[in-house]
Amino acid sequence: MYQYDYYDQTLVDERVAQYRGQVQRYLAGELSDDEFRPLRLMNGLYLQRHAPMLRVAIPYGLLSSRQLRTLAHIARRYDKGFGHFTTRQNIQYNWPKLEETPDILAELAQVQMHAIQTSGNCIRNVTADHLAGVAPDEIEDPRIYCEIIRQWSTFHPEFSYLPRKFKIAVTGAAYDRAAAQVHDIGLNLVRAETGQIGFRVLVGGGLGRTPLIGRVIREFLPERDLLTYLEAILRVYNQQGRRDNLYKARIKILVKALGTEKFRTQVEAEWEQIRNSGLALDQAEIERVRRYFSPPPYETNAVDDLSFEQWLKADKAFADWIKQNIAPHKIAGYRNVFVALKEPHVPPGDISADQMDAVADIADHYSFGMVRSTHHQNLLLTDVRQADLYPLWHTLKSQKLAAPVIGTLADMICCPGLDFCSLANASSISVADQINEKFDRLDYLYDLGDLRLNLSGCMNACGHHHVGHIGILGVDKKGEEWYQISLGGSSENDVSLGDILGPSVPKTEVANTLERILRVYVEYRENDERFLDTFRRIGLEPFRVRAYAPGSHEAKQEEQRHAVGY
Amino acid sequence: MQSVIKDRRIVEDRWQHVADDAELPAGPVIVSLARWRKEQAVLRERGEWVGVRLPNTTNIADLAADLPTLALVALEFPKFADGRAYSQARLLRERHGYQGEIRAVGDVLRDQLFFMARSGFDAFELRADRSLEDALEAFNDFSESYQPAADQPLPLYRRRSGA
Repeated sequence: MYQYDYYDQTLVDERVAQYRGQVQRYLAGELSDDEFRPLRLMNGLYLQRHAPMLRVAIPYGLLSSRQLRTLAHIARRYDKGFGHFTTRQNIQYNWPKLEETPDILAELAQVQMHAIQTSGNCIRNVTADHLAGVAPDEIEDPRIYCEIIRQWSTFHPEFSYLPRKFKIAVTGAAYDRAAAQVHDIGLNLVRAETGQIGFRVLVGGGLGRTPLIGRVIREFLPERDLLTYLEAILRVYNQQGRRDNLYKARIKILVKALGTEKFRTQVEAEWEQIRNSGLALDQAEIERVRRYFSPPPYETNAVDDLSFEQWLKADKAFADWIKQNIAPHKIAGYRNVFVALKEPHVPPGDISADQMDAVADIADHYSFGMVRSTHHQNLLLTDVRQADLYPLWHTLKSQKLAAPVIGTLADMICCPGLDFCSLANASSISVADQINEKFDRLDYLYDLGDLRLNLSGCMNACGHHHVGHIGILGVDKKGEEWYQISLGGSSENDVSLGDILGPSVPKTEVANTLERILRVYVEYRENDERFLDTFRRIGLEPFRVRAYAPGSHEAKQEEQRHAVGY
Repeated sequence: MQSVIKDRRIVEDRWQHVADDAELPAGPVIVSLARWRKEQAVLRERGEWVGVRLPNTTNIADLAADLPTLALVALEFPKFADGRAYSQARLLRERHGYQGEIRAVGDVLRDQLFFMARSGFDAFELRADRSLEDALEAFNDFSESYQPAADQPLPLYRRRSGA
């Protein structure tokens, strides 16, 4: 992974000192709430419902075991002994004290970590495919470019007070595992026929109140031009993005208002002016950064191991776990292992300090000391020898990190919701609980197959409900929590935004409604068809007519709405 | 006379902001873009320095022909969180090679000065209730920067050892 040199370390240390001074001035009354707000946000600090929340950056989801132990230490010393992994591969602490946040950042700086630009109207932590560097379908490792973007965007003098937050994702494989199409900028690494590496550039995707899929504004951008092109996009946005309405301030609204063509013309015109400036990437710099992401020393005979096949036959529970929680690896004899943060009765993405320490030990033992966070709120150990999978599984089980549910209904994405977040309209964690209780049988989960369930507690869509195969959105109706269900979303190559089923349902009815929807799926599916594919084949109607409890108010509402043709 | 920060020092301000309907006083004046457009001939003939105050929606390219005669361009921060003027400042310095004073006016606060300076601002009218002395510290917030900007044409990696 990338290692700080003198300059990187100095910048992070100076940031801690700057922030410490800002906190002191705020506490002394020299900075108003409004003045302090963007400063603390650019250091990851929210002032929330019960306590502050601190979001720590995990650049493109990459962590060393040493860093993970520091995260565990921070959870113990400054929080209530746990942390929460987010859909942007970061970690959040829900109970730090404002006064102690400079100390937390100082501890992070000692292990080359920070909370820089994890919030605020600036360029946020860049995300990537969690299988970067190990995916069999990879064209080029996106982490190299993520790190280059991280450095360029850190303390960017021109783009630290943008109209709104700005999120960039980079993919390097044929398959999009980073939801790049629903980012402000999505970059897909591609290889031209000449062999040259470059990027397909998408702009204006996003979720929230106005969900939109990104538009391609350039099919091929040579790698040397990466930063100049990003700077051109950001400059057009900084000058023309709306600042009069918070809900219309994202770049997607600008791209939509101008039209993709006009937006592209403006970006290209700006880019022409700067493409040969000092910002043009030097090949030597790309190579310098690439060296930090060299493959670990794989064993060439790992594939000769025979014990793995034996255990697969001998132990059904192990075989189930392997089937669900393992992703293929580009090196024969190695596997990628998901560490599931989806234990029933634990909020999705939550992990205790003891578990973090355990995962750090496991990573040292089995995976070259490296851990990753995924945008589905799990952890991942890349580079595990197949011979080690069986003992590794036992260790993970003993830590309650082996729920064999990756990719199933139980592998939910879920925002913190009303229990923690001051923006939320409804709780999400308790609904996740309700769903887990209803669907607690593994054989049923496996029968339902690949199913992405995404849950947000408000329309800001931190739980990505629009792009869940099934999406659930919490809404407030006169002080009561209700839930709107949508079907047919996806954030991957087959990207789509879900269709709203109909009237929202009361909290007590969420899991029951899901059950009825899934019964329709099981009835209609053909062969091994996924829920998403069945939905796309048969449409919303068969689900709609049977989703609501017969005789319920929602069912009647839905009938009436249809009787009058909306 | 008011004090401002200029080139990282606190100095007496010799410039006067002049409202659109006010008579022109003696000495260097800062007028609105509208007034400059309307009374350019008069302002040029005075033989005094002229500065123009631009709304943050002004396209800098539209002003390119006037830049050689302007000794100062004042860029507005209606709210400190409105960052459009950062782009204007960089364009003035980097694209149009503007050498005169670029002054930050409006909701100008200490915690944004480092970024303003990097973008090309060299003068700062701080909000009246703030200490200029304290604000000077902001220029030393960081000793290095990753990306090129108005103050530094090369990225940090060109300065890394062994690079």
